[in-house]
Amino acid sequence: PLSTRCCAPSSAAPTMNCRAEVLEVSVEGRQVEEAMLAVLHTVLLHRSTGKFHYKKEGTYSIGTVGTQDVDCDFIDFAYVRVSSEELDRALRKAVGEFKDALRGSGSDGMGQISLEFYQKKKSRWPFSDECIPWELWTIKVNVVNLANEQERQICREKVGEKLCEKIINIVEVMNRHEYLPKMPTQSEVDNVFDTSLKDVQPYLYKISYQITDSLGTSVTTTMRRLIKDTLAL
Amino acid sequence: AMDTDLSSQDRKDLDKFIKFFALKTVQVIVQARLGEKICTRSSSSPTGSDWFNLAIKDIPEVTHEAKKALAGQLPAVGRSMCVEISLKTSEGDSMELEIWCLEMNEKCDKEIKVSYTVYNRLSLLLKSLLAITRVTPAYRLSRKQGHEYVILYRIYFGEVQLSGLGEGFQTVRVGTVGTPVGTITLSCAYRINLAFMSTRQFERTPPIMGIIIDHFVDRPYPSSSPMHPCNYRAGEDNAVYPSVEDSQEVCTTSFSTSPPSQCVFTVTKAHFQTPPPVVTDTLKVPVMGLAFSHQLSSSRLSYQPAALGAGSADMGYPVLFAGGLNAAHPHQLIAPGKEGGVPPVPSQPAHGTQADQERMCTPLDGVHYSAATPSSSEDTETVSNSSEGKCGSPHDLLETIFIRKVGAFVNKPINQVTMANLDIPFAMFAPKNVELEDNDPMVNPPESPETESPLQGSLHSEGSSGSSTGNTHDDFVMIDFKPAFSKDDILPMDLGTFYREFQNPPQLSSLSIDIGAQSMAEDLDSLPEKLAVHEKNVKEFDAFVETLQ
Repeated sequence: PLSTRCCAPSSAAPTMNCRAEVLEVSVEGRQVEEAMLAVLHTVLLHRSTGKFHYKKEGTYSIGTVGTQDVDCDFIDFAYVRVSSEELDRALRKAVGEFKDALRGSGSDGMGQISLEFYQKKKSRWPFSDECIPWELWTIKVNVVNLANEQERQICREKVGEKLCEKIINIVEVMNRHEYLPKMPTQSEVDNVFDTSLKDVQPYLYKISYQITDSLGTSVTTTMRRLIKDTLAL
Repeated sequence: AMDTDLSSQDRKDLDKFIKFFALKTVQVIVQARLGEKICTRSSSSPTGSDWFNLAIKDIPEVTHEAKKALAGQLPAVGRSMCVEISLKTSEGDSMELEIWCLEMNEKCDKEIKVSYTVYNRLSLLLKSLLAITRVTPAYRLSRKQGHEYVILYRIYFGEVQLSGLGEGFQTVRVGTVGTPVGTITLSCAYRINLAFMSTRQFERTPPIMGIIIDHFVDRPYPSSSPMHPCNYRAGEDNAVYPSVEDSQEVCTTSFSTSPPSQCVFTVTKAHFQTPPPVVTDTLKVPVMGLAFSHQLSSSRLSYQPAALGAGSADMGYPVLFAGGLNAAHPHQLIAPGKEGGVPPVPSQPAHGTQADQERMCTPLDGVHYSAATPSSSEDTETVSNSSEGKCGSPHDLLETIFIRKVGAFVNKPINQVTMANLDIPFAMFAPKNVELEDNDPMVNPPESPETESPLQGSLHSEGSSGSSTGNTHDDFVMIDFKPAFSKDDILPMDLGTFYREFQNPPQLSSLSIDIGAQSMAEDLDSLPEKLAVHEKNVKEFDAFVETLQ
């Protein structure tokens, strides 16, 4: 069960299916952040374009997306992310909160973080806009505790190998070329893309997470909305 | 589209896309094996020179090599573009690590929009390539190249040759893009013998050091193109090659979401930079001169009403594409260049000259250096008179500097030689044994012919001088690591085992505390007896002493 959407639930069921992908990782506590960032950044690399610049007569051009390598400190692993400090900050904030929640009381180290891509469908007043998800990525995390340095060293490598597999899985999904929102007109662009960043333009997304307690039930359901104007009417 | 067949403009655009996709693919792969972190900036304003809306720099030599290999052709069925990544040690042994294949198959997608969907999917595929190039085993190897080995690339066009990858190689698919003329497939076949080693860390059997002979055979297929080091760039000052330049081919893309009644094209200027005044075989400034703008006189108008075809992901993409250049435009930039623009890796490089030709990596991160005293564990026999360095082990030939990993050996007894793993070829893939003293030392043939002892380990001094010429250097780094290509069950190597055992000889029994204490106890016990005997013979002793005087 995932957190509720920020928008009012639509009266009619969404007409399109939202494809969902689930990844699972077991990591040491200090590896949580890097592992989550690696996965989220890899997904967003594929789900971000350059900034659109609309011109007269409905044409638009697309800006350029830069990329950079990121080395992990606690995992033998490196990944590529989009060169956007704003995007990186937003992800780090969400992942940081997730990590803190995992460490908090009531948690036995199990939780999941979700990255959902959605489209907005404007409704007439007084109804608020609908948020219709079209792709959902869920990363299930199991935090392990290790006894000594040797185990930690092995864990560094094992988690690195696992993340390599996850990257390959993500790329496989991306390569299916399944549904993507159609390219919007200028008036519709904010219903499809997050245009608030100055250098790149990811599809509209939101990140949420939940922690399971030792009983296996969901204790904390927290939504972190990373789009400033999602609720703006 | 109005036509069901591919229009000529579409065809031209498609060919151009495929050509530049191939070039960018090569750039991404080679740059991912340079051994350094890549970073490019996002730019919200399109510059017109960033193909596929991605900031991928163009290393001129790489583009040159790719164009040479393609020789004006495009990937087609049976004609694949391959980028081969291999590793070459400082002794000249080489091994293929990966083959990246850009192939075309016959499965056509007639319905797909060339100028929009194919272009964007090619962009997505390049992003996938960026991601995948970091997760194959060769990536980590390439990040640590410089001292012991270098990573080379070779581009060829034609049939894919995978036999050099050894048995059991694995394949990862980066992705596919359907086009009206065929489906583009990008994949990587990579050697797993190295990766296999990492799973052996859980085996408790001591690793067997051996030489994998098949790694050292000559290449089965003589290279049609020479190998090139990925990190070709030498020092910044006297660079033989120009710095990375922007793509000198214009890619102008403009998209439309509304049905234009007329054709509108965005014209962007190409960013041409005057090449630095060095001899180079790379792309030259086009004949026409510097920046230019061009007008596309013929337009291609493609509009698809949104009502067409539910279920198609591409519906409702009216596209106005202004990409591509007029065929008449004279912007061919392939300049006849010098052959062999990249220096060949010398087959037997002395350590010093290798530094000249290739960029030397900085000393490896994460390794902490501490100079231990010359007294190794073998010299801790405090009971005896043996002075430091006079024990019979080969250590007296060397002053050893032990590299320690911080915090790794806290529970080890003091008198065990503790050595950390230095990053060497495939070290990360080598089994990490629980008991580090079980690690095999690496035995390298010494670089200098004056070397006295064949048991000297790697003689690389880790100082910044970067030159080590054998035993004329007093400072040696005694490294306990796995030798390159040595993990092989088939061929056990006695020398390594011998060296390992010999390196940690047991203490002399007479010098161990227990036995010493025991004999001392015995001595003390027998003392009264001995004194009595001596007293009995005191007269004889006195007489003897007198004879001496």
